[in-house]
Parts: sequence; C-alpha cells; structure tokens
Amino acid sequence: MVIALGERDGISGPAIAACVEAAGGKVVFVATECFV
Amino acid sequence: MDLQSQESILRLSETHGPGNLLVLIGAPDPEAAEISAETVVLGDPAYAGALAGAQLGLDVYHVLEDAVRQDVPDDVWEAQIGVMADILEADALGAAVAGMREQKPT
Repeated sequence: MVIALGERDGISGPAIAACVEAAGGKVVFVATECFV
Repeated sequence: MDLQSQESILRLSETHGPGNLLVLIGAPDPEAAEISAETVVLGDPAYAGALAGAQLGLDVYHVLEDAVRQDVPDDVWEAQIGVMADILEADALGAAVAGMREQKPT
C-alpha cells in the first residue's frame, strides 16, 4: 500500500498516485504539500 | 511535512502496519526530500506533528528513483511525470532519500 506524498513545486500527489496505480499498486493516501 | 499528513500517515501505520506501507516522495529538492523521508523513517525532526518521536521506519523512495520508474508504463510516466524528470536532479533526490532509508530502525 502506497502513500503518495507529492509536492507542489515537484511531482504532485495525484501524478505519483497515477503512476502507482498504472504499475498495479494500491494507493491509500495522496497529498500535495507546499514545502516552506 | 504538514500536520494533517502526519496524522494520516500515523493512522495508516497503526491500521495496516508500518511494514505494509511504502511512501513515495515528489519533493523538488534534496533538502525537502530528506526532511520528508526523515519524518516517515525516524519521526518529525521539527517535533511539531503526530510523527514527532514516532520511528515508524517506513519504506520510502523518491518517485524519480529507478526502482520506481522501472515499474511504471512509459506512456503513464510521460503523461504524469514528463519533463519534471529532466528538470529535477533525480540522482541527488534519490541519494537524499536513500540516505534516510538506510537509517531505518531495525
């Protein structure tokens, strides 16, 4: 089970989640953070 | 890492067990990637959130690491990651996260 912890200025959470799901993985949490 | 994410990750760890979770980070620079990785391996270094003092030892990778890339179909990778894979310094990001991954408590 995958936690997709994206970042606004990098790779977003939904983009990571889409990659995981395409690879056959299960996403249980998605977030896109803003690092300050 | 924001406080809401920390609470969610702690709850997921308690529900599913830390050994069943994999964290993928999308941070744009090594410093941010390292802090996110540290938070899910050794606990929140800022001691501000639910993961303060929580040595979950979760498995963690940056999404641009080869180990992740090789499992994603090319068309999906191109659509979702695309040019960011060229802009961001994948090697440095991977090294920053790997450094924390190796500190996983045994």
